[in-house]
Amino acid sequence: MRQLDFMGKRRITFIASVLITVIAVGALAFKGLNLGLDFTGGTLVEVRYQQAPELDELRGQLENAGFEDVQVQTFGATNDILVRLQQTFDNEVGQQVVDILNTDTNSVQLVRAEFVGAQVGDQLRDQSGLGMLLALAVVMVYVAFRFQYKFAFGALIALGHDVVIVLGIFALLGLDFDLTVLAAVLAVIGYSLNDTIIVYDRIRENIRRSQTDDMPQIFNDAINQTLARTMATSGTTLLVLLALFFLGGDMIHNFSIALILGIVAGTFSSVYVSAALLLVVKLERKDLIPAQKEDDEEEELP
Amino acid sequence: MLNRYPLWKYLLILVVLLVGLIYALPNLYPADPAVQISSTASGAALDQERLDRLTQALEDKDIAIKQSELDGNSALIRLERAGQQVAAREIIDERLGDAYTVALNLADATPGWLQALSATPMKLGLDLQGGVHFLLEVDMDAAVEQRLEANASAVRDLLRDERIRYRDTSIDGRAITFQFANADDRDAARGLITDQFPDFEYSTPDTERGASLTMTFTDQAVQDLQDYAVNQNLTTIRNRVNELGVSEPLVQRQGPSRIVVELPGVQDTAAAKRIVGATANLEFRLEARPDTPEREIETLPFRNDEGRSADLMRDIIVTGDHVSSASRSFDENNRPQVNINLDGAGGSMMSRATRANIGRNMAVVFIEHKTRTRTVMEDGEEVEKREAYTERGIISLATIQSTLGNRFRITGLESASEAGDLALLLRSGSLAAPIYFAQERTIGPSLGAQNIAQGIMSVEVGLLLVVLFMLARYKAFGVVANVSLGLNLVLLVAAMSLLGATLTLPGIAGIVLTLGMAVDANVLIFERIREELRAKMPVQQAIHTGFERAFTSIVDANITTLLVAVILFSIGTGPVKGFAVTLSLGILTSMFTAIMVSRAMINLTIGGRPLKKIWI
Repeated sequence: MRQLDFMGKRRITFIASVLITVIAVGALAFKGLNLGLDFTGGTLVEVRYQQAPELDELRGQLENAGFEDVQVQTFGATNDILVRLQQTFDNEVGQQVVDILNTDTNSVQLVRAEFVGAQVGDQLRDQSGLGMLLALAVVMVYVAFRFQYKFAFGALIALGHDVVIVLGIFALLGLDFDLTVLAAVLAVIGYSLNDTIIVYDRIRENIRRSQTDDMPQIFNDAINQTLARTMATSGTTLLVLLALFFLGGDMIHNFSIALILGIVAGTFSSVYVSAALLLVVKLERKDLIPAQKEDDEEEELP
Repeated sequence: MLNRYPLWKYLLILVVLLVGLIYALPNLYPADPAVQISSTASGAALDQERLDRLTQALEDKDIAIKQSELDGNSALIRLERAGQQVAAREIIDERLGDAYTVALNLADATPGWLQALSATPMKLGLDLQGGVHFLLEVDMDAAVEQRLEANASAVRDLLRDERIRYRDTSIDGRAITFQFANADDRDAARGLITDQFPDFEYSTPDTERGASLTMTFTDQAVQDLQDYAVNQNLTTIRNRVNELGVSEPLVQRQGPSRIVVELPGVQDTAAAKRIVGATANLEFRLEARPDTPEREIETLPFRNDEGRSADLMRDIIVTGDHVSSASRSFDENNRPQVNINLDGAGGSMMSRATRANIGRNMAVVFIEHKTRTRTVMEDGEEVEKREAYTERGIISLATIQSTLGNRFRITGLESASEAGDLALLLRSGSLAAPIYFAQERTIGPSLGAQNIAQGIMSVEVGLLLVVLFMLARYKAFGVVANVSLGLNLVLLVAAMSLLGATLTLPGIAGIVLTLGMAVDANVLIFERIREELRAKMPVQQAIHTGFERAFTSIVDANITTLLVAVILFSIGTGPVKGFAVTLSLGILTSMFTAIMVSRAMINLTIGGRPLKKIWI
């Protein structure tokens, strides 16, 4: 089997990673995430027209009826319209919008209406951020416990790298960041970690077996040995996600985009970021020696 | 060497798969939309003839009936189409009248032998079948204020009975302040009140003229009130939701002051909202006499005649909380009225008050606690301010002809539907504190159907792609992986059904995602086997080592994902929770099928033969 020299190219990929991360952070800082209704509060009404309506006309109708700051956009089909309103005081706003838009020539049907109080949105935002940090922290403790703290450091950077890139691209493209996307980002954390752990597992195994102290060589071997698996698993998952993206409908469109981005970033980072970082923090054979005992006994089992 | 499992392992796997198959089966029989009829009054019985007439009436209106069954005093009519439930209920309601309750229902279509094993299908989330989700916030400030009003009224009664003169009372925040002419009166009052109202802290602030007494609600009392108010509201909303006749509603407390209400399949959301959130109540009060002191009078307008108003006593005879039952009917002139029965305490309060006041007027006051939200600018930022306010209006003002007991009726309502709503609200109890809607989600039934269709479609296509990929890459071993993947899906569906998990759209996405990741374990194992074969290891030894060596990687990788899923579950709400549940169950089942089941399959087929080559 061909051996690819991953570690030899680590400077180039480091620069690429840093560059993408900087762009992502910049997009987050200057453009910001386009937070969905779940986090900001407000009202969203989806209606279905019989024939595609004129959007400007529709906006005018709503503004004449006293709604301010109305955003109107098509959702999927041209006769499917999404109306966003700032916080309104009325509880029956969904039906109201339908009543305003309904005309004799073009009938309107309410598909869904969502209303989120600003306070609920704020709370959710805090909770989600906290949840994400907690997820990172718990996973770090687990990796430090199962491997060693230097591995935890590498995994943390790789995870941060993946999450920031997904969030950054969402900010850059102005995609709606809602609860399902948050779920996807958390799933990305799980997935990217999965990849990283598989590579780390092999690195640990190889360090314990090999006679040399040539870490770049050991890492290269480990990555090459797991490469087929990494590609196969990423491949099947991406196949499924592409099915979701093209066939799953608008409601999970952004969800699948976030996961696709995350899996591409996660696969890249498990090779170039998490493993290469172990060289940066100078992982040595003796870091793994105390755990050596448990490995030897298992060899003799039938 | 040969690869064999001991017999018990094969049996264990077989049992797990069989159990999984049984509990996954009910999902092939989706529930039928149905209308449930039950008689409320004892005299009104349902018989086959009557049921036949009803089904005939439904069929005349083009409503397709799948099946109707009679069970004692109740009947269940299963329909072909969910969209016709509401229409069917209206027709039945019209024909049967008030003696029966007609409710929408989703009737189990699971065969009897599966039901005997308590196997049930997964419930569908709101996003898949349509319906409404409300997050209600209990307005604690208003609850405290209401409680203080009630206490202030009780203290005034006490002071009057003991002939202690007070000038004025005022409520501010958590405190009630009484003004007295002099310190002696105040001290007498304090001695009297302190024992009877232990939930307060008392203080006597200095005033320029006279003397004053302030009673402040203790923190503990506020805490107790909050728990009481939320729990009481929970009960009341449950009663109301039951009256609405929704199948499988969810009413649950969330956090210290919020209540989640989910009504799947509700089509008339406006009505649901009106009934769930209504804070209407009644008060019975006497009209003031000309010589009544000013401070005991409150002037209220009439509800259906803005210009008219009447002077009423501040003190209340009885509130709607003492109503034990209420129903709507029509008087001889066909005007709507509400028949009311009071409970024991309410009845005696009513008769005591009316006996002494024959000839005076008594008013029925309709009260509604409402909140309005305004956006105001504060420090350059838009801040939402909520204000609680109470609307009181007189429904009727009539002369007391004789002593009233615990049964009477009220008239003066605008319409039959208003009378019906009022009766329902009085029956289900009033809310202990006003509530407002903090979040609302309405999913139309058409979106639900569309979501299901697309979700299932993407699962099928995704699964097919993975199956083809595995076959192309691992040949014969790909077949093994694909069979494990299929069994994994069965087990996952079985586990979700057993846990009573609700299937949501992100849940379906979670299933698809776990399917993609489920093959990971098999991929790891197979790659390892290939590697060992390349290193010239004998076939059976390579299979053994492949499974052995891949195991730690699989466990480590899956545990970390599981940790993330658990956190996702604990912070998430609704749909995200569903995603987390699917993800974590999927990890567990995929570990079982990929490691145990695929190993068993390999052991059974080729594990017992010495082989030179395998097709991997």
